[in-house]
Amino acid sequence: MTSKLVFNVTFGFYLLLFFGYLFGPLLAMSVTAFNTSNYPQVIPFEGFTLDWFVKLINHQQMMEGLLNSIIIGIGVVCISVPVGLAAAIIMNQIYHRARSLFYLVTVSPLLTPGVIIGISTVIFWKDMFGLTDFTKAVFYKGIILSILGQSSFVAAYCLLIIMARLTRFDRAQEEAALDLGASYPQVFWHILVPYLRPALVSAGVLGFLSSFENYNTTTFAILADKTLVTVLAGETRQGTTPALSALAVIIIGLSLIGAVIYEYLKRREEAAALAIKENARLAERGEAE
Amino acid sequence: MSSRTLVFLIPLIVIIGFWLMARYESRVAHDPTHKSYWERNGTVLGLTFIGLVAFWSLFLVTLPYLYMVVESFHPKLPPAQRGGPNDFLTIANYKSFFVNQTDGQFNDTHMYAFRYSILVSAGITILNLCICYPLAYYMAQSGTAQKVRLLLLGLIVPYWVNEILRSFAVKLILASNGLLNSSLIKLGIIGPEGKIDFLLHNTGMWVGLSYANLLIMIFPLYNAIESLDKNQIEAARDLGAPWWKIHRDVVIPHAKPGIASGCTLVFMLAAGSLAAPLLLGGPRTLWFTQVVYDFFFQSFNWPRGSAYAFILLAACIAIVLGMLKAFNVKLGEAIK
Amino acid sequence: MSAGVELDGVTVRFGNFTAVKNANLDIKGGEFFSFLGPSGCGKTTILRTVSGFLDPSAGHVRIGGQDMAGIGPNKRPTALIFQNLALFPLMSVADNIGYGLRVRGQDKSTRMKKASELLDLIALGGQGDKLVSELSGGQKQRVAIARALAVEPKVLLLDEPLSALDLKLRQHMRNELRAIQQRVGITFIYITHDQGEALTMSDRIAVMSDGVIEQVADGATVYDQPTTPFVASFVGENNPFNGTISKATRHEAVVDTGFGKLRGRNPADLKAGDKAILFVRPESFKLGKGQADASLISNVINVAFEGNMTHVFLKGATKKNITVTVGRHGGAEVPGQGDSATISYDPALGLVLPEGKMARE
Repeated sequence: MTSKLVFNVTFGFYLLLFFGYLFGPLLAMSVTAFNTSNYPQVIPFEGFTLDWFVKLINHQQMMEGLLNSIIIGIGVVCISVPVGLAAAIIMNQIYHRARSLFYLVTVSPLLTPGVIIGISTVIFWKDMFGLTDFTKAVFYKGIILSILGQSSFVAAYCLLIIMARLTRFDRAQEEAALDLGASYPQVFWHILVPYLRPALVSAGVLGFLSSFENYNTTTFAILADKTLVTVLAGETRQGTTPALSALAVIIIGLSLIGAVIYEYLKRREEAAALAIKENARLAERGEAE
Repeated sequence: MSSRTLVFLIPLIVIIGFWLMARYESRVAHDPTHKSYWERNGTVLGLTFIGLVAFWSLFLVTLPYLYMVVESFHPKLPPAQRGGPNDFLTIANYKSFFVNQTDGQFNDTHMYAFRYSILVSAGITILNLCICYPLAYYMAQSGTAQKVRLLLLGLIVPYWVNEILRSFAVKLILASNGLLNSSLIKLGIIGPEGKIDFLLHNTGMWVGLSYANLLIMIFPLYNAIESLDKNQIEAARDLGAPWWKIHRDVVIPHAKPGIASGCTLVFMLAAGSLAAPLLLGGPRTLWFTQVVYDFFFQSFNWPRGSAYAFILLAACIAIVLGMLKAFNVKLGEAIK
Repeated sequence: MSAGVELDGVTVRFGNFTAVKNANLDIKGGEFFSFLGPSGCGKTTILRTVSGFLDPSAGHVRIGGQDMAGIGPNKRPTALIFQNLALFPLMSVADNIGYGLRVRGQDKSTRMKKASELLDLIALGGQGDKLVSELSGGQKQRVAIARALAVEPKVLLLDEPLSALDLKLRQHMRNELRAIQQRVGITFIYITHDQGEALTMSDRIAVMSDGVIEQVADGATVYDQPTTPFVASFVGENNPFNGTISKATRHEAVVDTGFGKLRGRNPADLKAGDKAILFVRPESFKLGKGQADASLISNVINVAFEGNMTHVFLKGATKKNITVTVGRHGGAEVPGQGDSATISYDPALGLVLPEGKMARE
């Protein structure tokens, strides 16, 4: 019995350390956001203030970076989700011998260091866009290159998410729709896309978040422009100001709110599903009589 | 034809090759269920799918890599001279990694940076494995569903905070006048003059890198251990095996693919990471990706940067494949 | 509006495996036609070929006289009821039923009107807003039928639709399906491995085995006058007696079996010396002596009382027992286990068929 107790205590301690390791820095950082001292520190806690949050909003570069990040994020999602969907569908239909190669090519961006993706994007498109003066002037911009670079691996995420759901699709439904007279495009829009909707939404959300917080690739592709993340990196490198902690607090706050909303929606969905099951059970009983 | 335009031919040849093989095979084997691609999807959708996928796999993935590799074999030239007589294929960029161009001595700095990055990445991989394994095991085997969900949430929340900010947080704690030092002074463990600059000694970098990749190690481990039938562990325990033998003989062999995939991902991400070393590394550390970064943003020597990037990629792949082989894990299983 | 379906030399091959061998069939418009056979016999393949999901490797499928080659499943005048129903889970019941009309471009109000008419037809009136997952098995079944009927097909194809239902519901649905077919008047092509269903519901039955159509006829004919040993042994219970024909005329033949010479009808016009099987159904046997060349003696292995019938199992020439079924008030005394018993039959009820493959037990 004692060995179990010892085990539990050790394990409890381990859990404490583990989550302390994970959350500790974040907690410390959050505290510094409210500390009046110029240098972010937890102790000594000089005074409570919300000034840093105000300074954050007035931080010109960061706001500009934020806008760019949002634009890039939307652009990346607009490219990656359709591409991921197309790739998932083609993956199912492609000539079987080519499938492994196709899989390798599409998943490789996930394993490639972001640095390499960034570099190759810039080198390649500089020459591509540089072929004519017009394309160079219009397209050779940090935002566009970032969208292109990030899409390469975000689309791979989307592909995996959508594929997971696509493989569980009941082909009989597709056949039933065809049998009733639907054309293939109609089957796609009426039956397949509604079925895939949860996966498409997840892919979109994940894609946006991945794009927003990406650093390795964006830092090369953004050229002279900035995103929120590159501004942050610059600031952190140069020095530290509690305004960054303030930003972290905002992000943590948003994430927690997002988590709560998600959990709430999930609970509601589960309750609805239970109600439906109950109805079906009653229907079965009714029929047996 | 310049080597750069040649790049476009390679994928084209591969695609045509497969297409011909597919046509031949479908003609030989009679399969009444086989509907051609165009029949299945309709013309408009079919074209759209192919267009999107071609754009992505060719223009966003394959061609840029190939182009970068080709670029690494060209010397650094101003835009005007490209394509001209001075633009020839050369392995000078690769050579420069090993031997200095200027004095013919071994390129100690860069080779050191390379070795350092690889070794630290390997160390981070092992460190994360040791840290994550107990938790993954607990979550997979002993936790109730409720607890597991809570733990998962607890794991994911820190990752919503951006990597940069997390590095910032680590910096806050470990800097000379950071939290850790202040606490130690307050507790009287060290005197006010004895502040330890953790960042200088790269502790910060280790912590940052490990921190950034914890989640990536945990999930494959968790998935792999979860698929293990609890009964096997029960049986081993019944037979009297002590806990460390159970892990060595039952759990770990089963979880090997998960361990392999977790380690692969962590290693490659650590070796290729930029943020943690850049922001948390001491002034004397030189991470290999930093070298590449400098080539791009300081000396504007893109071909050389590409060559180094390619060396990094090739080395990572070689090491990962070698490790997989050594531990007898198939590539397909690990990729999951 | 209904149409006939014609299979003209239809063969379907999957690589080296031939699922359907040279099927020739003429299904009349408005008929309730069943394909009966064990799993793997090719009946599902034929159904999918008629509905257009498979192309025949050889031969033609004609619906209403029109060759269907090159016409996809969405353009054929057929509707298929899938074995797992394949209702659309994300759509309501009414939307499911109206789907065929939606893809034909009809507007919402027309669709809803038609859907509610069909809902009334299948006794689910007013429940159009429910989700499919809220229905019971039998209700889902009916929605699948309504969905198919909504597009007014000329031929309705049903793939073992009752196999997932429990016994009582199955029997209820048998009558319902038959009633619906007669009311709507379209051609039903029904596939099943359950003979009871095939016999009670169909106008005609095609018995299939290993890709070959063994016999096509109405239920009574298939039961009383099977043309191959497979049909004789698959449909209903039957007792086979293997042997060689010792004497034969145009109408009768005598088979030299392990139980002596036994006489039966000879519809296949077999000659002396041919290898043959004599079939006598359990209910055709009587306890007690009969004509000399229509009686046999064996030992009783088991007696099973089943209420309105009693089954007497006697030792046969092979592993298979001889089954004799007598009604409750059938006459002679039922022998006990281990007794030696004599059983006999009316030679007109015995059937001599050429030796051939029989149904697996």
